[in-house]
Amino acid sequence: MNKNELVKLIDTTKCTACRGCQVACKQWNEMPGLKTRNWGSYQNPPELGWNTWTLVRFQEYVDSKGILKWLFRKEGCMHCTDAACVKVCPSNALYRTEFGTIGLHASLCIGCKECITACPFDVPKYNPHTDTILKCDLCYDRLKGGELPACVKSCPTGALSIGKKEVMIENAYTRAKELGGDANVYGDTFVGGTHVLYVLGEKPEVYENLPARPAVPLTIVAWKDWFKPLSLIAAGGVLIGSFFHYITHGPKDTGGNSDQTCKGGGE
Amino acid sequence: MTNHWIDLQHSDCILIMGSNAAEHHPIAFKWMLRGKEKNGTKLIHVDPRFTRTSARCDYHVPLRSGTDIAFLGGMINYILNSDKYFKDYVVNYTNAPFIVVKDFDFNDGLFTGYDKAEKKYSKETWVFEKDAAGIPKKDPSLTDPNCVFQLMKKHYSRYTLEKVSSITGVSREDLMKVYTDYASTGAGDRAGTICYALGWTHHSTGTQNIRTMAMIQLLLGNIGICGGGVNALRGEPNVQGSTDHCILYGNLPGYLKMPVASLDTLEKYLKKYTPVTNDPQSPNYYRNYPKFYISFLKSLFDDKATPENEFGYSWMPKLDDGTPYSLMHLFDAMYKGTVKGLFSVGTDPAVSSPNANKVRKALEKLDWLVSANIFDNETCSFWKGPGVDPGKVKTECFLLPASATMEKEGSQTNSGRWVQWKYKAARAPGDAIPVGEMFIKIIDAVKALYAGEGGINPEPILNFKSDYINRNGAFSALKAARQINGFFLKDTIIDGKTFRKGQQVPTFGMLQDDGSTCSGNWLMAGSFTTDGENRMTARGKDDPTGLGLYPNWAWAWPVNRRILYNRASCDINGRPYNPKRKLLEWTGHKWVGDVPDGGWAPMADRENGKYPFIMKADGVGSLFGPGMAEGPFSEHYEPFESPLSKNPLSSQLNNPALHVFETDMDKTASASDTFPYVCTTYSCTEHWCSGALTRWQAWLLEMQPEAYVEIGEKLAHEKGIKNGERVKVSSARGFVKCVAMVTKRFRPFLVEGKTVHQVGMPFNYGWLFPEDGGDSCNILTPSVGDANTHCPEYKAFMVNVSKIQEAG
Repeated sequence: MNKNELVKLIDTTKCTACRGCQVACKQWNEMPGLKTRNWGSYQNPPELGWNTWTLVRFQEYVDSKGILKWLFRKEGCMHCTDAACVKVCPSNALYRTEFGTIGLHASLCIGCKECITACPFDVPKYNPHTDTILKCDLCYDRLKGGELPACVKSCPTGALSIGKKEVMIENAYTRAKELGGDANVYGDTFVGGTHVLYVLGEKPEVYENLPARPAVPLTIVAWKDWFKPLSLIAAGGVLIGSFFHYITHGPKDTGGNSDQTCKGGGE
Repeated sequence: MTNHWIDLQHSDCILIMGSNAAEHHPIAFKWMLRGKEKNGTKLIHVDPRFTRTSARCDYHVPLRSGTDIAFLGGMINYILNSDKYFKDYVVNYTNAPFIVVKDFDFNDGLFTGYDKAEKKYSKETWVFEKDAAGIPKKDPSLTDPNCVFQLMKKHYSRYTLEKVSSITGVSREDLMKVYTDYASTGAGDRAGTICYALGWTHHSTGTQNIRTMAMIQLLLGNIGICGGGVNALRGEPNVQGSTDHCILYGNLPGYLKMPVASLDTLEKYLKKYTPVTNDPQSPNYYRNYPKFYISFLKSLFDDKATPENEFGYSWMPKLDDGTPYSLMHLFDAMYKGTVKGLFSVGTDPAVSSPNANKVRKALEKLDWLVSANIFDNETCSFWKGPGVDPGKVKTECFLLPASATMEKEGSQTNSGRWVQWKYKAARAPGDAIPVGEMFIKIIDAVKALYAGEGGINPEPILNFKSDYINRNGAFSALKAARQINGFFLKDTIIDGKTFRKGQQVPTFGMLQDDGSTCSGNWLMAGSFTTDGENRMTARGKDDPTGLGLYPNWAWAWPVNRRILYNRASCDINGRPYNPKRKLLEWTGHKWVGDVPDGGWAPMADRENGKYPFIMKADGVGSLFGPGMAEGPFSEHYEPFESPLSKNPLSSQLNNPALHVFETDMDKTASASDTFPYVCTTYSCTEHWCSGALTRWQAWLLEMQPEAYVEIGEKLAHEKGIKNGERVKVSSARGFVKCVAMVTKRFRPFLVEGKTVHQVGMPFNYGWLFPEDGGDSCNILTPSVGDANTHCPEYKAFMVNVSKIQEAG
């Protein structure tokens, strides 16, 4: 195992939705605040966007005992080990860093949007002004400098923490056990383990926009992991590649309303 | 706060009521969460709406706005009837055993001494019987029918579960849940604390809301202990610091009293405000009032203040007797045309003051308006506001650009009374300067005019000490802070120790009433050492008690004491009630732990021992509090605008001591079909106060872009209002349009057998910016306030909500 591997833990049960992380992220990454309207929710902007790499989601939920809860979930890149975005990226703009996180060389991005369709968490967003993808890189520059990511640094309640993978996984399970009930750890058992873990107070199915069983789309696995290596050797690979590209991307829409396609197993 | 932020983690049970701590004190809230995580602290949130605070508490109990006294009165009734009070503490450290004069009575919502015409009480019967020595008579068995304990028991016996439930809209089960959880802290080894904020002060019974809880804390022995106290959450607006330095009209710095006209000599003034006691065991620390006040006059007038001229007392402005000068009263006077000019410094009353339409109209009647702010705001630009014709406004307006908090040096006082020095972090843009500098420049200019041209009443102007300028000609906060701490003005020997002229006064115990010391605020004496070291800059992390007092981090008033009334954490022999959280302990010859509330022996020593509540004339906590405008015990009265036409507890509908405004713009509508819903107002995390600073910040505005009203699903369904739709919210005073946020977090209350809906709105928006962000919810709020402080009733009034029928 990579001894530099880091995991960020989001303990949703300690989050007060102050959104310090949402602002700190924009400040550090110099992303603008854009015009929004109140759409009947505290959650704003309504979804992740090219200028919003992390978003606190607000969800009113009445549990099976009839108790009202207000669920807060900080959404953003999960930094998958088995990262679909890296697999599909044709220009190596998306890459795995030495911390196990997924970095982005925005200057290499050609704006093909393949990562948008591939991501099981609906994270990468397209910036039409620069014709590139943008997303959280877990403050790679700050990590390199030995600093906490901006979001973690800003968190007043200890809902966000970061550290060595095995320690954070252990912390997460300890906390979930302490909480009891439906509390669970989310992230370590799929897509090769994510480098962002949640402690959720409720079952994953309860949370909006969170796939309960996220996976790299099989077509991508088939194409990138099995077929592409073969195709590089075999003649005629280009033709087959085109065929698979049609299969994988034909039915998908990378336009504005991408959440329709990317909820994956969360439905 | 009697205690401090870090101390919250030591509480066994925290009642958050009248506060949305997670949203408005997000950094401080971590100490409550830490208590929950590490010490099993139970967090209870009682609030009309379910907020981000509720989301992180053990449970939330909704109550109808403006019924906190009923809720807490029920808790007192429960504590007394179930013997949950901490008897040792109640008998020794409160006035529960004191005998009240026989003529005192309470009948149908009114205490004795009420003058209906004046809407005022005379308090002759709100006093204790005294023995031959002039000391209050006591019955330590608490059985005398006229002792405070028995009177209290009788008074709150009316607050039955049924009655309280019917008034508040809280189910009996929920009431009992809170009462039993909280009353469990009435034991020596347990601590409970209250965290409140504007949700309690913004009521026509605001002061009594807090007093009722203070009574509960005394009954449970929760004052003066680690994890206890009565904790007003003050935040970033530096409310703690500004109150300490007299932002309230009736105060001078350090909570000294503003003189009134009838007190026309210094002698009369000092006699009135210097309390006396005949009980040799009561420290009655305010007996030193003359030392604090005369040192204050010396700080203002320096060597011009002499014994011969009463230290300049005659130069002090005097309030008219019995006349309030609150914000609402000032705007009322402007509206009536009697006040002609206004300095609006760091504030935006056209958004933040109640009955904002009246405020805006009042501004039109001024001759001049000076605003000092970081940005333009709705007050400064009222002349181009909605419905105003700039051509018809005669007011001359000035906007002085002020530097922001991080652009200047100075002190900031946190809620726990920790005064922390901070340095300038950035240069202010353009011509912006600190407000302190503006004041000095203005006073110096006025002085020059007086010197050159003469004028009415020149002495206070010309004799006012204003040399707080550094070598570069800029305002020196440090110089001002040193004067606030105070100096020895001549060589002085105290208890054999010599202090030289020009040395800083090391503690208010050293202040003198002969003019030999000065101090701009006696509470701050000790913020510098004798040798001039600024203790507010201290950043030591040592924690000798292990209780997080951090005595060498910053400096706390008074005299670096971290928990007020801390001697009450020990029994009468000085043994800690809770050995696990040992705040103080008497070793036989001295106290060890926090800085004790006076070094005297504990009170069991009849010769040298003193009572613990040293700022009270009787030396004990006041369960019976005659200082209040509307009664020595609290009583539930309906908000000035209420859904009820009758108070379920008495014939007295509203607070009997209220001041009511009667201009044509002070319309109200109670129990009216036109305005059937209770409304409350508040701030949101993302904006700061009126939003005059934060609405210009794109990251914050993006998160909370415009005005909204939170409406429960049931009411929205009844009105056919969908989430995100635009609606009109109206009251007797005006209307605003905003977005409807339909939510599960507001639920209707069952009050006196009827369904009462409540809605809520943030007050962070104004017409100036963003242009489509909506206007202030204070267009709706009434100008009515608490009877003691005149703090406006922003938290409970009546409105209607309707769909906007869009044309076309």
